[in-house]
Order: sequence, then C-alpha cells, then structure tokens
Amino acid sequence: MAQVHFSAGLRDLTGGLAQVEVEATTVRRLVAALEEMFPGLGDRLSEASSVAINGEIFTDAEFEPVDSDSEVHFLDIFQGG
Amino acid sequence: MAITEENPGYKWVGTRPIRPDGLEKVTGKAQFGADLMLPGMLFGKVVRSPHAHARIVSIDTTAAEAMVGVKAVITGSDFPDLAANGAHASDIDVASNAIAREKVLYEGHVVAAVAATTRDQAEAAAKAVEVTYEVLPHVLTVDEAMADGAPLLHEGMITKGVDPAPENPSNVASKILHERGDLDQGFGEAHVVVEREFTTKPVHQGYIEPHAAVADANTDGRAHIWCSSQGHFQMRAYSATVLGVSPGNLKVTAAEIGGGFGGKTVIYLEPLAVRLSQRAGRPVKLVMDRDEVFRATGPTSGTRIRVKMGVSEDGKITAAEVWMAYEAGAFSGSPVGAAGMTAIACYDIPNFVVEGYDVVCNKPRVAAYRAPGAPMAAFAVESVLDELARDIGMDPIDIRLANAAVEGTQASYGPKFPRIGFVETLEAIKDHPNYTADLGPNQGRGVSAGFWFNAGMMSSATVHINENGSATVVTGSPDIGGSRQSMALMAAEELGIPYESIKAVVADTETVGFNDVTGGSRVTLATGAAVVDACRIIVEDLRARAAKTWDVEVDQVEWVEGQAQHVEGTQPPLSLNDLAAKSGRTGGPISANASLNSRGVGAGFSTQLCDVEVDPETGVTRVVRYLTAQDAGRAISPDYVEGQMQGGVVQGIGWALNEEYIHNPDGVMENPSFLDYRIPVASDLPMIDCAIVEVPNPAHPYGVRGVGEVGIVPPMAAVGNAIRDAIDVRMTDLPMSPVRILEALNEQSD
Repeated sequence: MAQVHFSAGLRDLTGGLAQVEVEATTVRRLVAALEEMFPGLGDRLSEASSVAINGEIFTDAEFEPVDSDSEVHFLDIFQGG
Repeated sequence: MAITEENPGYKWVGTRPIRPDGLEKVTGKAQFGADLMLPGMLFGKVVRSPHAHARIVSIDTTAAEAMVGVKAVITGSDFPDLAANGAHASDIDVASNAIAREKVLYEGHVVAAVAATTRDQAEAAAKAVEVTYEVLPHVLTVDEAMADGAPLLHEGMITKGVDPAPENPSNVASKILHERGDLDQGFGEAHVVVEREFTTKPVHQGYIEPHAAVADANTDGRAHIWCSSQGHFQMRAYSATVLGVSPGNLKVTAAEIGGGFGGKTVIYLEPLAVRLSQRAGRPVKLVMDRDEVFRATGPTSGTRIRVKMGVSEDGKITAAEVWMAYEAGAFSGSPVGAAGMTAIACYDIPNFVVEGYDVVCNKPRVAAYRAPGAPMAAFAVESVLDELARDIGMDPIDIRLANAAVEGTQASYGPKFPRIGFVETLEAIKDHPNYTADLGPNQGRGVSAGFWFNAGMMSSATVHINENGSATVVTGSPDIGGSRQSMALMAAEELGIPYESIKAVVADTETVGFNDVTGGSRVTLATGAAVVDACRIIVEDLRARAAKTWDVEVDQVEWVEGQAQHVEGTQPPLSLNDLAAKSGRTGGPISANASLNSRGVGAGFSTQLCDVEVDPETGVTRVVRYLTAQDAGRAISPDYVEGQMQGGVVQGIGWALNEEYIHNPDGVMENPSFLDYRIPVASDLPMIDCAIVEVPNPAHPYGVRGVGEVGIVPPMAAVGNAIRDAIDVRMTDLPMSPVRILEALNEQSD
C-alpha cells in the first residue's frame, strides 16, 4: 500500500496521524480513499497545489499512478517567480 | 574524447553564441509593452485611491465624462460582481485587486479608469473623477495586523490551518506548520543554542519596464490585448475572469519584456484596457508610470522571523525552531507557504518546528519575486547558522557540509530529495581562490546558502522546417532570461543543424498551444522539453522521408549531424536542406507539435561568498568581492545562466543594503521612485563571479534544473554575515543601510 505522509498542518484532520497506508492506483483514488478515512481531508488536499510521489513534485497529480512502493506527500501551496 | 556526464559531447548545448534578441534591443527596434501604436488609439489613465483603507461611498464620473476628448470612464460597477456570482475566492481577489468595488485596501488601489484622445486629456479626466471615501483605520505591518483589536481588511476572514477554527475573523489568513522529531530533546543535545529575531521590509521586483497594455475590442465581444507579461496565457485567463468572458474571446500577444522577476505574473491593466476599449469603440493604451508601479503592483512581503537553532560540538544541527509572519498585502496569499518549506531545506535536521502565518495588511497585494518567500527565511536561518559556526569555531562551509541535504535526505517539507547538487556548490566555493583571498581593514567575509524547488508545469512548442532546411521554433513562453537562445540551442542539438539556422519566436495565444507562465525557473526545463519532443518527432519524420526516398526500411536510416545516413553507407547522405527542398514529394511540410505537463523537476541550490568593506564613519557597506556557485543541472546557455546568477545576486544585494518601502503614518508610500528607492547600479558593484555547478537532473533530456530563482535566496545573509565578520555586529533588520549600521555600531560602543 502507498505510504501517505501528512505535514503537521494537515494533522488536525487525521486525528494527529503523521502517516497512513492507503490502497490506491492513482492520486485521485488515493485522495478519495483519504476522504473516506478522514472526512474533510479530501477538500483540504485538493487545495494543495502539489503532490510529491517518491520525491518527484507534480503540480497536477490527479491521474499520476501510485503503487505499493509509493511515498506520497501533499505540499503547501507555493508559487514561483 | 570520452562521452561522460561531465563531457556529454554536445555540439551546441553549453556554447555561448550571440544572443538572438540583442540587435533589436540595442537598436531600439524591439517592441516593448508601451511601444505599440494603433490607428485611432486612445490613451487611458487609472484613478487610484489616496487612502490606505477606506470605504467607497460614491464615485461621480459626470464631470470627467463631459470633458473634451474623453471617450470612456469605467468603475468597478462596469465589471461582473464575482462575489455575488459565487466565484472562487482566489478569482474574487484577482478581480478586487484589479479594480475596487466597496472598499479600497491600499494606497494606489484602482477605483476607476478613463480613456481620452490624448494623454493630457486622460490625466485631466482622471483628476475630475470624484470619489467620496469613508476613511477607515489601517494596518501596515504584520505586528499591527496581528495585534488584538486590529482593524480588519476582510470582515469574514477566518484563519485556515488552525484547529479548532477561530470563532472570530482576523487579518491572519492562514497558518502553516511543519515539524519533525522532538524539539526539546534536540535543544537538550545541543552544545550551543542561538536565537535571534529578524525583520525584512517589502521590496519591489524593480523591473525597468513599467506595466503596459493595449487593448482593441471588437463589437462581437472579442478583443486583442498586447502586453508585457511573464505569461500571456495567464493574462488571458485572469482577464477573462475579471471581464466575465470566455478566454477564447481574448487574444493576447506578448510584447518584449523589460524584466519581471515574478512581478509580471499578475494582471493590473489588461482588463481595464479591454473594458475601456469596449466602451469607447477604439483601441486603448494604458501605461503605468514608476510611481504607479511602486504604489500599486506587487512587492514581496515584509516579514518578522524568529529562529532558534542548536548545534553539537562537531557542528551537527540538533534542532531548529522557526516562527515567521509574512505580509500578504491587501489579499491573502503571501509566500509564507514556500518560506516554511524552504527555510531549513538545505539541511538534514532531526528535530524542528517551522510555523508561519499569512497576514493581510493595507499595502499592495504581494506578487511573486524570484523564489518567493525563500530569501527572507534564508536571511534569518543562514544568519543564525553563521553565529553557531562562530560560537563553536567551525568553518562556515564545513558546518554547512556537515549538515547538507544530499540524495535521499528527507527534506524538511516532506519528500526525499532525488539527486541534488548542494554539496557540490559548497565545495565549489571552498575550492575557489576567493575563499582564501586576503581581507583588508574593515573588511569581512560571509557565506550563505539557499534552496528553491524550481517548477515544471505546462508547455507547448511547434517546430517548423523551412524550405531551405532552416528551422523555426515557436513557443508561448515569453523570453525574459534568454529562453529563445536556450530553445534554439537544444533544437540545434536535436536536429543537428547550426544554431544560426534556427529562429526561436514567442507566439500569441491563438498561434501556439498553452504555456504556463515564464516563472518558477521552469521554461528551459519544461518548454525546453517540449521543444526537444517536437524536434524528435521531426527527426523521426525525416528518417521516414529519407527511407521513402531510398526505398528502404526506416530502420536503415540514421539521423547524424543534420543529415540522413544509410546505416550501411549504400546511399549518399540526405541533408536537412535536401529533404526540406523536396518535402512536397515525401508528404508535405515538415512540422511537429509537442505539449506536455513537465515531469522530473530538479531542485536548485546556491551557495554564495561575499566580501564587504564597511566604513565605520558613514556606515556605508561596499561589496568588494562576490562569488556565487549554483547547480544548473546543465547550463544550456552559460551566458544566460551566469546572467541569471548575477541578476539574482545583484537584486539580493539591493535587498540587503538599500531597498525598502517607506510609508508615512497615513499608509502612503513616501519613496515611489528610483531616486528614493535605491536599487544597485553597475557602479555600486564588483564583478559577480560565477561558478556554474552541473549536477544533471536525470529526468530532463539535457539535465536541466532551472536557474532563475535560487540565486536571490542567499545574498542577504551572505552580506549580513560579511558585515558581522567586518565590524563584529549582527544585523537583524533589512535593509542594512548606513543609518542602521551606524546605529548598530553606536550601540556596540555604548
């Protein structure tokens, strides 16, 4: 299962959990699964601009594949100049 | 010579040809935003708020409309009320910043605009627009805005990211938090702990070319906009939102751009020009003067930052605690999020808490500025790290090497770093003669480092082969830092034809596929990848055409140095010229498109070394020597890479020593000109020495990382650390101006 890590700013919605394991094949399905586990988290994650999968940052990750070896981080919004 | 990572054997990539835009720029032929003239064109003028915070009671345009030559007057009521329409909050903010409706939130906020036959008539009419305000109390800094009972800019703003959510509104838009490990344990393990508080002032991007836009609206609802921006597709999208039209109704042509640095990713004049043109039935030009640029366009945030860090005797950082508050200006969206992620990202720290606040105040809405948010945080963290190194008697490079993030380090913002080149930038500084150069009286030396993510995002490119075998590379990425040259160099490498045979152009929004902004250090990476993809499609097409010509299978054809060769040498080679000349017989014009959402962004690191001399009588700091080492991944165009590195440093030196917004108690900016807001000029500076580090990004066909931003992250701390070395005073407030230096020296002597 994919390892999903939450920044401290998200843990108010995860009951304080910093990491969970989720069975999913894409980021979209992963977010849907997280929403079921932690109601309200899906909306918050949708506001995040980027997702890091195995260290690689994606700005539009909805359809990016994840698997049992994936390490997923949701990142705060940031903008380049 | 063997082909290796260090010597990849490129013919064009990494060379220094003559820049393609130079001749037109030095002869004045280049068309910047304000240069366009259209038949029947009117001149516009914007009416701006004189108050930092006020309710608009009424706007009377009667007198202005009656004036000679005046063809149109618009106010906020001429635009859709996005809030009433249930639009997304970020879109409402974009529209509200473009033109105010109920309240003005900063001095310079737009309340109306006029268009007239001449500039003088437009200026007179703008003065004749009568606006009645109910002046409200204002807040100018994070301290004022976060104080109990502070006047509110947005009555419904509830802080996000706080659990439980606050019951009452405030000027704090959001909180960010990153933490790892056990802070108490980490500080308990420390041999030395240093804690300092820092402040920085808002500074402007300082682009030489003011904002300008020309709009020509048709009666069918369509309009054509010419503007200077970092992304004409973004200008189209934002303008369409504010105007309430489909993006397809707007065509935007990118003018040449005289600097942006993040500040031209935002709309200001474009929708106003379109609406004025629609009302007047004629083209309208709007151009800001410098005063307007300062008062009404995005600076970057002023900040207050507290940093506490501890190290062991051998220089390992055991804990870090960072608290920061960033001004957002009138609408939420300061770069505190990026600041929180970058503040300690250079280092592998087991225990930390990074806490940040996005705070609105009555100043212009902040806009992106090179590595938005990171430089202020780096000023604080790198200054404290310098103190720690001094306290334990450790070399400033060595303490950074002892803690440096490397491939596999879990970054402070979450994921593990892929291959990165931070250590290599540190070593490049340490190995350079500047590091051991002699220092004179009142001189000191400082080191600092910085990190920036870089970005990928969406890009499109089209490549055409002309009938003589030359090529045209078409992208939609405005060329701010040399992208036309880097696109042409990569295309030359792919196609195997001379750089001089390739012309790279920036097309309008109807001529090429979508491109995100030229920002985030992304264009050489992402748009470059699109160009490479398009070229590779063309090479496959050329091989197929040669195979058709020779009546052989395509796998019998190789593309080598600009010509098709039969693998067994049984056919005379066919050059690109040969194939282009006969393209009609082999399938028609040779052209290819590529579009992508870029993957494989490579992070950027920079380490810098600054030598200063401080005059103890005047407090003036002179930079006497400066070296910047930056990981470019691969320098496609070394001249432009060095230009980006030097530019970031120069802007950082200005930020460090001179630049600041000064407001009077009424919230009115008092230094809105380059006379009183002093950016560095060439005579202020030594040559900025560059050490390009190349640790290729494995995810890009040429190893590109992006170079436009990280260079501005280290300079303020590098300068501050050098001042500390020179006069034994730790400066914690920017700018480190002569007055502040003298104050600090006087305090030291008391």
